[in-house]
Amino acid sequence: MAVKVIIPTPLRAYADKRESIEVQAATVAEALAALTTQFGDLKKHLFAEDGKLRSFVNVYVNDEDIRYLQRDQTSVKAGDTISIVPSIAGGAPKRGRVFPWPRKR
Amino acid sequence: MSAVRLAVPDEVMRRIRAHGVDTYPHECCGALLGRDGDGRREVIELVPLANHRDDSPRNRFEVMADDVRLAEKMAHEKRLELVGWYHSHPDSPARPSEYDRDHAWPWYSYVIVSVQKGVACDVTSWRLQEDRARYEREEIETVAHPVGI
Repeated sequence: MAVKVIIPTPLRAYADKRESIEVQAATVAEALAALTTQFGDLKKHLFAEDGKLRSFVNVYVNDEDIRYLQRDQTSVKAGDTISIVPSIAGGAPKRGRVFPWPRKR
Repeated sequence: MSAVRLAVPDEVMRRIRAHGVDTYPHECCGALLGRDGDGRREVIELVPLANHRDDSPRNRFEVMADDVRLAEKMAHEKRLELVGWYHSHPDSPARPSEYDRDHAWPWYSYVIVSVQKGVACDVTSWRLQEDRARYEREEIETVAHPVGI
């Protein structure tokens, strides 16, 4: 069945600049799999290397957080809308460790 | 020379610094609303938000998804975009940590203010590269007033 996936602004560059994509799916997992099959560059921004959703990526089905439903096995039906919303997290490095940035040449 | 630039009104810069000082020694955080297009990104206003990392607020921050959605709604209502986020690094440099990288997406501007012993110091801005391997620093251009207002 066709469900709509809303693409968050930062990731539209990896989805033909589209605001939403319609995919055929019966669960959230199927919808995200269809989405990342169609737009492979989205995958690394949604999923960690272990194949699980990144910890800061939240998914909603019609405004319901899937963590309070059946997570990625949450059923979807025709006409449902799936939203991908990040939590924003970060923080100062421990013991002065910072992420490498381009060195001056 | 940086390939990307971020125009920030001096009043917004002042408020980012003040927020970092107010919450010191804890991290502050908030959203940046603005416009992006034609090779230029500009911040118009900021939305201070609560740091939900009660367990480790001195070196971590978290904006919950509900607050992200609220910020997106505010941006939409003002016909702006949610172009980025700011947070403070108490007693640490204004450079992204590995933890920052693990929790970031490309496109957003991530502004960091270093607050040393309660005094706001450097303010920098960064964008995560598409391969997630590192950040690119973007030059902050302080402007007297929001452009286009």
